[in-house]
Amino acid sequence: MKGFDLLAVLTHPQFSQMLLSGMKMTLIIALGSWMLAMSLGFVLLVIRMLPSKAADQMVAAYVSYHRNVPTLVQLMLWYFGIANILPAGLQTWLGDHNGEAIFAIVGLGLCQAAYFSEDLRSGFRSIPPGQDEAARALGHSYLGAMAYVLLPQAFRNALPALVNHTVSLFKNSSLAMAIGVAELTHAVKEVENLSFRVFEAYLIATVVYLACSLLLMAVGAWLSRDPASAEAS
Amino acid sequence: MSMLSNMITIIEDNWLLLLIGQYPNGPLGGIASTLILSVLGIVLAFPLSVLIALARLSQWKVLNWPATALVYIVRGVPLLMLILWVYFLVPLLIGDSVPGFVTMLCTLVIYEGAFLSEIVRGGIIALPSGQMDAARALGHSHVGAMRYVILPQALYNMMPSILSQFVSTIKETTLGYVINVPELTFAASQLNNRLLTKPFEIFAILAIVYFIVCWSLSELANQLEQRIARQRLGDDQSGTGMLPPDAPKLQGAT
Repeated sequence: MKGFDLLAVLTHPQFSQMLLSGMKMTLIIALGSWMLAMSLGFVLLVIRMLPSKAADQMVAAYVSYHRNVPTLVQLMLWYFGIANILPAGLQTWLGDHNGEAIFAIVGLGLCQAAYFSEDLRSGFRSIPPGQDEAARALGHSYLGAMAYVLLPQAFRNALPALVNHTVSLFKNSSLAMAIGVAELTHAVKEVENLSFRVFEAYLIATVVYLACSLLLMAVGAWLSRDPASAEAS
Repeated sequence: MSMLSNMITIIEDNWLLLLIGQYPNGPLGGIASTLILSVLGIVLAFPLSVLIALARLSQWKVLNWPATALVYIVRGVPLLMLILWVYFLVPLLIGDSVPGFVTMLCTLVIYEGAFLSEIVRGGIIALPSGQMDAARALGHSHVGAMRYVILPQALYNMMPSILSQFVSTIKETTLGYVINVPELTFAASQLNNRLLTKPFEIFAILAIVYFIVCWSLSELANQLEQRIARQRLGDDQSGTGMLPPDAPKLQGAT
């Protein structure tokens, strides 16, 4: 084994390039699936609030599937399974447009939407019913009361759980490696194979992942600080 | 419909591979290996998690700081990265190659130990502080109070969360696939490499099997949680505090 030398990896033109593009891909996947998950999470929540038992049960089944099947298996089902039964034209298009990354974003996004919608739902449950009645009495429509009165409060209540699940979504972006996406973990494995500097490569990736996760946790703690003390300062 | 009959044929032809892998001609795999890995992982992680939780609650910085750092590192790094570290470091440390099963088990013990410790810590914090005061007043040392009064109650209340964490562990064993640990996901992917033409059916079967296992256990955790919540409510009304179900009730309590 060679002696420990972080710079041998960091300043190497090819290796540093691979790591950088890996980080970029990790960010794209995490951000893309986060946006998909958050918007779909809201949609699922609104559907579940509708006065229809069938709608409620459909969303419940969606949530149950995505929470009880391992995320990796969901990704494999998308990439190896569903990709295979799509129309041929679409398959070719996906092959030309980095289909692995698209399936990773879709798979991770749909999975995390289940968690986000559940977080928001429990955020909702902690709003006193008077809020809804007051908003409707003031002339808001169902959607208006949702958008201006209820959702902002639900969001605030759900914030700690949403932050936790955002961190897990970010960490889960590493699973995309298993379907061949060249994200950070994938890049690290490549660098390790080419340079034989396993320790250095893993250390760099670990520090990057840890820094991003801790940053997300810190932002979450800052966002969910006590509103009274935030206004006073 | 042909898709469904394909799936049934695949299960009929390969149920043994999905159940136990290539055993006895190879290592034990399939769902048996997944479950053994998960049970061992959570059972071995449990004592570690109690120690980490106690260290995090300790006022001694020598204990508190390393435990806190460990929990934050494990929570902030993807499990996949942790698997790669263990895969790399454990053979270096013991000077011999290690089977994938052991690598995965070591990783799970560290990972679940950190996550379980947060559950245990939450359970201890959630107990009324009078429990500790009363135990100390009765003459218990700090350690004795923890051992005989605080921990038994905290762990009893935390049983549903520990069961949920077991479900997470089952889901996390799938990542062993990346380092070729013989378990259920690995068996399905072997099957896919052999049949080649039916990837959707195979991975749909895989998802269904995981769903059945994890959903049943999650339901069990929910039932347990409701039962414990009811019990705590009932106990609080009768003033007996939080007791396990088989504990003798005070006379006259409902």
